[in-house]
Amino acid sequence: MRITLTVNGDRHRLDVEPRRTLADALREDLGLTGTHLGCEHGVCGACTVLLDGEPVRACLLFAVQADGCGVDTVEGLATPDGTLHPLQEAFSVCHGLQCGACTPGMLMTAAHLLAVEPSPDRERIRAEMAGNLCRCTGYVGIVDAVASAAGVMAWRPREDHD
Amino acid sequence: MKCPPFEYHRATSVDDAVAALAAAEDSKILAGGQSLVPVLALRLARPTVLVDVNRIPGLDGLDVRDGVLHAGALVRHAALARQALHPLAAAAAASIGHAAIRSRGTLGGSLAHADPAAELPAVLRACDGAVVVAGPDGTRRVGADALFVGALQTDLAEPEMITGVELGVPDAWGFAEFARRHGDFAVVSVAAARFGDRLRVVVGGVAGVPHLLETSAPSGTGALDEVAGALADDVDPSSDLHGSAGHRRALTRELARRALADVITEPAREPT
Ligand SMILES: Cc1cc2nc3c(=O)[nH]c(=O)nc-3n(C[C@H](O)[C@H](O)[C@H](O)COP(=O)(O)OP(=O)(O)OC[C@H]3O[C@@H](n4cnc5c(N)ncnc54)[C@H](O)[C@@H]3O)c2cc1C
Ligand code: FES
Ligand code: FES
Repeated sequence: MRITLTVNGDRHRLDVEPRRTLADALREDLGLTGTHLGCEHGVCGACTVLLDGEPVRACLLFAVQADGCGVDTVEGLATPDGTLHPLQEAFSVCHGLQCGACTPGMLMTAAHLLAVEPSPDRERIRAEMAGNLCRCTGYVGIVDAVASAAGVMAWRPREDHD
Repeated sequence: MKCPPFEYHRATSVDDAVAALAAAEDSKILAGGQSLVPVLALRLARPTVLVDVNRIPGLDGLDVRDGVLHAGALVRHAALARQALHPLAAAAAASIGHAAIRSRGTLGGSLAHADPAAELPAVLRACDGAVVVAGPDGTRRVGADALFVGALQTDLAEPEMITGVELGVPDAWGFAEFARRHGDFAVVSVAAARFGDRLRVVVGGVAGVPHLLETSAPSGTGALDEVAGALADDVDPSSDLHGSAGHRRALTRELARRALADVITEPAREPT
């Protein structure tokens, strides 16, 4: 089936089998391997991307269902010149990642959280990040990173971070 | 963990969806996909045709008429959690999974899936609600008490589709649940709704279908403990990985106390 996806602002036309998940279409058909797959049945959150601005599990959505929609993936967080998004910087500084398997999903979940709720407290961050599993960090660094990025983003709007 | 192959039909209207469902031997509705796609990924089902109902227009409305919330089947959990027309439904929807689940999962899908631990079936029963169902022979209305037949089993036939949901807005309500981690399916949940002097208290997670206790709304000292105790005696939970029968019974009593605190008004104590 022929579909159109706008991923991080770029329009792509592709031809996919109906059972192709959005996660597989991004990774296999578009080569955007930043979106990770862990469980492939909705439990771990590694595949979280934004669909028209809303967080979704890319392993629970068929690519044909996203036809005509906008998708934001972790590749779209940094600026084109490679400058990291404040969340990415904070994950690095606060040791919010070790192996990195969960990180793209963590970042997209956190990006959505801070878009709708710019200054969540640590308890809110824990509650909202609870749908993303990490086998390495013990989560403390992740909560630190989201809290720290929220502070940075409040003072430094997206456009002029460098 | 790849889904088995299927044919995909993107329905344009309810009639189109029902016709597509009736035309194929083993067809299934695809709504939010938050329960169906895991089932496919684990290959626990192999439908030949998936009928995607997500783009059928007009099924995401929410409005209150004559004290009843009329909600479209495609209202997402996130939208139900945000609305203020039916606060009990909002509180229950906010307890479902995580943001990424709530942005896709639908009201109709949750009721059709009929997971014994799910929040919305318990709310439907507490509010003595109903679903409006479209099928090859026209539409019918199925009340909550008749809809849920067993765990993951409803009164719906294969080519039928829930199009709308009716939920009476209670005069007073309460909701409480216990889950192992934030966002997990509840081990036990309790939804309580008072309509005039009728009280409906429903427990999820203790039987194949949401367990209902209906009484006349009691008042007076000790009424809260009395109803919570009666409910804990009434349920007959089984033990599994997530909790023993005794644990579930204790949770029923405690969560009922919490849910009922806002529903049963005890007379003010005499000052001493
Ligand atoms: C990680 C995770 C956590 C979750 N946590 C919870 C939780 O805490 N509580 C909870 O209640 N749920 C939870 N869910 C499930 C979620 O609520 C689902 O959205 C819901 O159970 C099914 O709704 P859906 O729209 O996704 O339906 P789908 O998955 O698309 O469909 C489910 C079933 O219903 C049928 N169906 C769908 N729509 C209709 C309709 N309109 N008419 C007739 N049949 C229909 C389908 O054919 C299918 O058999 C969780 C899911 C995940 C992945
Ligand atoms: S890979 Fe999608 S939730 Fe685990
Ligand atoms: S960093 Fe390894 S799973 Fe989170």
